[in-house]
Amino acid sequence: MSLFSLFQRPRTFEHGIYPVEHKELTADKPIRRLPFAPELAIPLAQHKGAPAVPLVKVGQEVVRGEPIARAEGFVSVPMHAPATGVIRAIALTPTADGPKTQAIFLKVYEAASQEVLYDLERDLDAMTPEEIVAAVQDAGLVGLGGGAFPSHVKMKPPAGKLIETVIVNGCECEPYLTCDHRIMLEQSDALIRGIKLALKATGAKRAIIGVEDNKLDAVAHLRAVIPKGLPITAEAVETKYPQGAEKMLIKSLLRKEVPVGGLPADIGVAVYNVGTLAQMGDLLPKGRGLIERVVTVSGPALANPGNFMVPIGTPLRFLLAQVGLAADRVGEVILGGPMMGMAVASLDVPVTKAVSGVVALEREDPDLERRKVYPCIKCAECLKACPVSLNPSMLGELAIARQYARMAEEFNLNQCFECGCCAYVCPSNIPLTQYFRIAKSINRDQRK
Amino acid sequence: MASILTAVAFMAALGLLLATILILANRRLYVYEDPRIDQVEDLLPRANCGACGTAGCRPFAEMLVKGEIAPGKCTVNSPAMNRLIADFLGVDLGADEKRVARLACAGGAHVAFMRASYGGVESCRAAALVSGGGKGCSWGCLGMGDCAEVCDFDAIRLDRHGLPIVDVSKCTACGDCVTVCPKDLFSVHAISHRLWVACKSLDPGDEGEHECDVVCTACGRCAQDSPEGLIEIRDNLAVVDYTKNAIASKVAIERCPTGAIVWLEPDGRIIKGKDARKVVRKEALPLA
Repeated sequence: MSLFSLFQRPRTFEHGIYPVEHKELTADKPIRRLPFAPELAIPLAQHKGAPAVPLVKVGQEVVRGEPIARAEGFVSVPMHAPATGVIRAIALTPTADGPKTQAIFLKVYEAASQEVLYDLERDLDAMTPEEIVAAVQDAGLVGLGGGAFPSHVKMKPPAGKLIETVIVNGCECEPYLTCDHRIMLEQSDALIRGIKLALKATGAKRAIIGVEDNKLDAVAHLRAVIPKGLPITAEAVETKYPQGAEKMLIKSLLRKEVPVGGLPADIGVAVYNVGTLAQMGDLLPKGRGLIERVVTVSGPALANPGNFMVPIGTPLRFLLAQVGLAADRVGEVILGGPMMGMAVASLDVPVTKAVSGVVALEREDPDLERRKVYPCIKCAECLKACPVSLNPSMLGELAIARQYARMAEEFNLNQCFECGCCAYVCPSNIPLTQYFRIAKSINRDQRK
Repeated sequence: MASILTAVAFMAALGLLLATILILANRRLYVYEDPRIDQVEDLLPRANCGACGTAGCRPFAEMLVKGEIAPGKCTVNSPAMNRLIADFLGVDLGADEKRVARLACAGGAHVAFMRASYGGVESCRAAALVSGGGKGCSWGCLGMGDCAEVCDFDAIRLDRHGLPIVDVSKCTACGDCVTVCPKDLFSVHAISHRLWVACKSLDPGDEGEHECDVVCTACGRCAQDSPEGLIEIRDNLAVVDYTKNAIASKVAIERCPTGAIVWLEPDGRIIKGKDARKVVRKEALPLA
């Protein structure tokens, strides 16, 4: 590190907020394994795109790692058995999104081994980019940062567009979450292997790992382990929410903006979460499927928060029991981080590929002063916070007047990615983000 | 003095000139509009609700005068007013059967469990986006009254258990409640569709009964008792085929164990079968 860098301001984007991080609860807890839950529920639609199609029948025995559902089309991924056991049913399971969805229920054998019994060794160096893309789809990989968009689709940009830079997203800007931090520290070999695969598959010339500067130990570690001669760099960016949002990170690192309504591929960028690439580097050489992921289980209502390798389909009830949930204190259980995550209505909801964290918050009096909503005082704090420079105050008033179409047509509602900054800073406690979600949902229904 | 005269004369000349241009323009650019459009519009309710399928009352009036649509398509107007329009235009009334919005859920707070308490914006749409809103039955009515709020005709009110009640006499079948309900529980039906399944739960019977006392358990008794093909059990739910509505009768509801399938009286009463479980609870169920 040169002397000059001491005087440099960290790379960042405009607007945004600085929420309390709470990462100290789990930041130094190494990734641990948990026993299997007695039964796993693997939803067929836990990624964006077409739901997977079951390959198994009720009563069939499966071994850990075996494919149990196939991808339906290009924008879809297969599912693999997270444990050895027998298929109990293919039925509905509750999800964090609301409607129940079809899932494969897997009864796990009592003494089932954690060893993966389903391998298909591959020679990565001999593979062409097309073969890598196909292999990534076969592995069932999706964006593990929370988007759950099939990873192989991003490797194939639309015709006429070239990927020049792969950005590896290690920001983890959500409070409480530390799983990506631990992955960068503990699985850096797999991560670098994954980055090399992504570079080869996309044909990009360089890769930049963007990490918030509250995780400088991860930056230093990555810089130390990246082999000389590879076009991979690790850069620190400012610790600020939502630094980990795709468009924000691109702006911070490259000073480029993704066009409105466009994709990162339009400016030659593909963004992957560190967890996704670490899994890619781990699974692809062995030809395995994604059957587990690192999840931060944290929050004030837990006795032993930590980072855990959780099999896909583990019910929250089981997961929280393992870490000592204080049932009398817990008020809310959130999948993902507290800013953009989703509160669940049932602890029977399973952990899916998109779940980066489970946060258990303490019960709170609903009549608290800070939960009361007051009229907008036009202070413009929300305008200063909005990372995509919308006018949340105006949008909020239009939402109250139910002018949903106008919100989209004149005030760019669809650019809002629901980061929650506006509602976070609002001194009148106006639930702006929730208004926008209502508006978007109604606009979606109207288009149908 | 002379300058004043000049000014007056000039202004008069200018006025004459502009008046001539206006007169000419009026002659040249005149668009003939059927005067009957205005007269017909005066006979319409001007609710601009869109229930007739046009954008509002004016376009509806234009189509009426052109003879492209029947006066009976307006569901908001009283039959007498529609008759006046038909007589005025000398066309057939073309009255459709009255249609109303029906709710496919009977799970009020006294019979259906909430599994989590929702604490955000008081709106079904917002609640439905957070894990489905916390109701045990993920298909059921959330009871925050988005439908009552959106109804322009004051035809929907919530009963004491948070279940929307449609006032058949006020409902104009405009379909606003159909669009606003996040659980798609409303649908518009002809008033002669009297046999009604007030449930949308696709849960298997026993699981559904854990969540709600008036769930359709898909036991199939209604399908067995009624004429062949009228009722079909599809994905754990009884579905009535309304193309065969003529053969529907009260027989179907008699043996329903939960009272999920009902017979709707024209006066708004809801008749349950005699085997339907009696629910005497008056209060909301506790959070479980």
